[in-house]
Amino acid sequence: MRRTVGVAAASATVLLITGCGGGGPQSGGDQKLTGDKIVLGVLNDQSGAYSELSGRNSVKAVEMAIADFKAKHGDQAVTEDITVETADHQNKPDVANSKAAEMYDRKGVDLILDVPTSSAALKVADVAKEKKKLYFNIGAATTELTGKSCNKYTFHYAYDTYMLANGTGRVTTEQVGKNWYILYPNYAFGQDMEKSFSAAITAAGGQVVGKDGAPFPNTSGDYSTYLLKAPGLNPKPQVLGTMQAGAELVNVVKQYNEFKLRDKGVGLAVGLMFITDIHSLTPAALAGTTYTDAWYWNFDQTNREFADRFQKETGTRPSFAHAANYSAAMQYLEAVQAAGTDDADTVVKGLEGKEVNDVFLRNGKIRAEDHRVIHDAYLAQVKPQAEVTEPWDYVKVLETIPAAEAFAAPSPDCKL
Amino acid sequence: MTGFLQNTFNGLVSGAFYALLALGLAVIFGMLRVVNFAHGAFYMLGAFGAYVLLSEAGVPFWAALVIMPLGLGLLGMALERAVVHRLTRLDPLYNFLLTFGLTLILQDLVKSRYGVQSSPYATPSALSGSVDFGLFDFPTYRVFILGFAVLVCVAVWWTLTRTRVGMVVRAATERPELTPAFGINVGRWVTPVFGFGIALAGLAGVLAAPMRAVNPLMGADLIIVVFAVVVIGGLGSIFGSVAAGFGIGLVQAWGEAYLSSFPIVSQTIVFVVMAVVLLWRPAGLFGREEAPA
Repeated sequence: MRRTVGVAAASATVLLITGCGGGGPQSGGDQKLTGDKIVLGVLNDQSGAYSELSGRNSVKAVEMAIADFKAKHGDQAVTEDITVETADHQNKPDVANSKAAEMYDRKGVDLILDVPTSSAALKVADVAKEKKKLYFNIGAATTELTGKSCNKYTFHYAYDTYMLANGTGRVTTEQVGKNWYILYPNYAFGQDMEKSFSAAITAAGGQVVGKDGAPFPNTSGDYSTYLLKAPGLNPKPQVLGTMQAGAELVNVVKQYNEFKLRDKGVGLAVGLMFITDIHSLTPAALAGTTYTDAWYWNFDQTNREFADRFQKETGTRPSFAHAANYSAAMQYLEAVQAAGTDDADTVVKGLEGKEVNDVFLRNGKIRAEDHRVIHDAYLAQVKPQAEVTEPWDYVKVLETIPAAEAFAAPSPDCKL
Repeated sequence: MTGFLQNTFNGLVSGAFYALLALGLAVIFGMLRVVNFAHGAFYMLGAFGAYVLLSEAGVPFWAALVIMPLGLGLLGMALERAVVHRLTRLDPLYNFLLTFGLTLILQDLVKSRYGVQSSPYATPSALSGSVDFGLFDFPTYRVFILGFAVLVCVAVWWTLTRTRVGMVVRAATERPELTPAFGINVGRWVTPVFGFGIALAGLAGVLAAPMRAVNPLMGADLIIVVFAVVVIGGLGSIFGSVAAGFGIGLVQAWGEAYLSSFPIVSQTIVFVVMAVVLLWRPAGLFGREEAPA
């Protein structure tokens, strides 16, 4: 009995404390910043499939941005008090939904960053709209964020399915071969990717001679049926386009090599790939593969310097998602600095139409029409093993796709 | 025709993995009445072990093929002694939960050390070519897996039918209450049999490393199908598990090849087969219905 009383007392105390904390920062009318501080929230996958390409290292990237912002503005900074809140959404839309609401309401978060997994990303967009707070999506691919689910407070920062398909589909059709066989995981993301790729290939004068939706998740881990079928199609495809991601991509590529499709004249193009995927497959397994990258760490001196600093912090090279988190946090802080307030509507006004160049965004522009952040994208090719001279330097950039061409025109479905 | 043969071959290769895993589950269930949910985790440890041995100690595939099953077999025996045998007297559900918990612990241990990203593992160079079968050529490594798995299955079958150990195991499997009455110390064989089942899972894992994504969740994805295989073959039936393993591999491969326009069918075909088999023969294809108590 005594124990029960003790527990009850303890929880009451906790409630009291959190209650006070939540109600504490009452902003006065003349105050520029709510609570006199800025809180950035990083909501992403910290234990599952995307925890390496974004995860905790994205939090590190945001912390780097805060440090750089403070160093740059010193005494002139709008506030000294900038902190990061973070949570694991486990790639589940419902978890993302409640964590996002908690961040905005209870943790005083001004901006939510990252949020990979399209279904979770769309949920958070709804929360941002409802709470009238800012949200920069980086990790998710769906074009719906700037299509029919767009809203005033949501910005889509790094990439989307159109960018991937347009870059890889068009350039590979022009440079490698016109006939494609497409293999995709049979669920929302894969089907979207297949549609985007087919459209880009046809527009570039190529044709899709065959396509198959593989089971998702593919419990047998076997793709040989499709890989055997590909070279025998008529006309013979010159490119196998795989839309699988993560471990499934690894399975496809391992078996593509086993069946020696490259020797049979079928090249490989990958829908979505991160530097971490190349690292786990080894460049030897992927040599010659083309894909579209939103950013590459060893592209130029600016990127390399950032990558060196990032490596010092984390022990690994940054993926494009890490660099984009850094850039997004920085651009938000600069916008608050310029506006002198963290009032969401004022900051949005300052961001809309802004042209930006930074470590991640090249020829970047924050489109006012749909809040798509456009920037140069890169058609990349995995180097042969012999040309890899240092760890993580696995890719050469074949072509820079100018910002205006890399992304689709604003969708008519989007009404901010 | 060539296409059909190739798909058949592929089905048998997938089936080889199912057969090795189901065989281990079957001997463990037969001897201990334990449904070992952690089987997939040991398969994962086999593959991961091969990767760690290669990348951190330079131990080649061939050595890993011996070291990992042995090491995991010993680990399995230790686990049996430490925890599993304490629960065998209770409702089988307790061991099911225990092994499920073990799975989560093993997966997360690997995850916390190596992350979720797949780890690289190359095909051993001696097996990286392809074999010409006249009508078509086929990756050497796949031919090797198929041959090796068949060899292991035959060796297990020989041990079970021709040796004294095998007779004890079979007797204990088929009449668990009666066997000790003949003065046979069944308990002495429980631990080695558990270890042996685990070793088979580890072996399958090492074999999978060059052709499948090596990551902490690789076993979790596969084990569901393997359970279906064991149920189809008949829980505890050793021949049934092997036959059903190869059979399901074939059904999946043919399903993907010839029913690809009906993705719903090709994705669920294993479970459709399982449902049909259970309706027709509730004890599985080769299982014997237990006499009512």
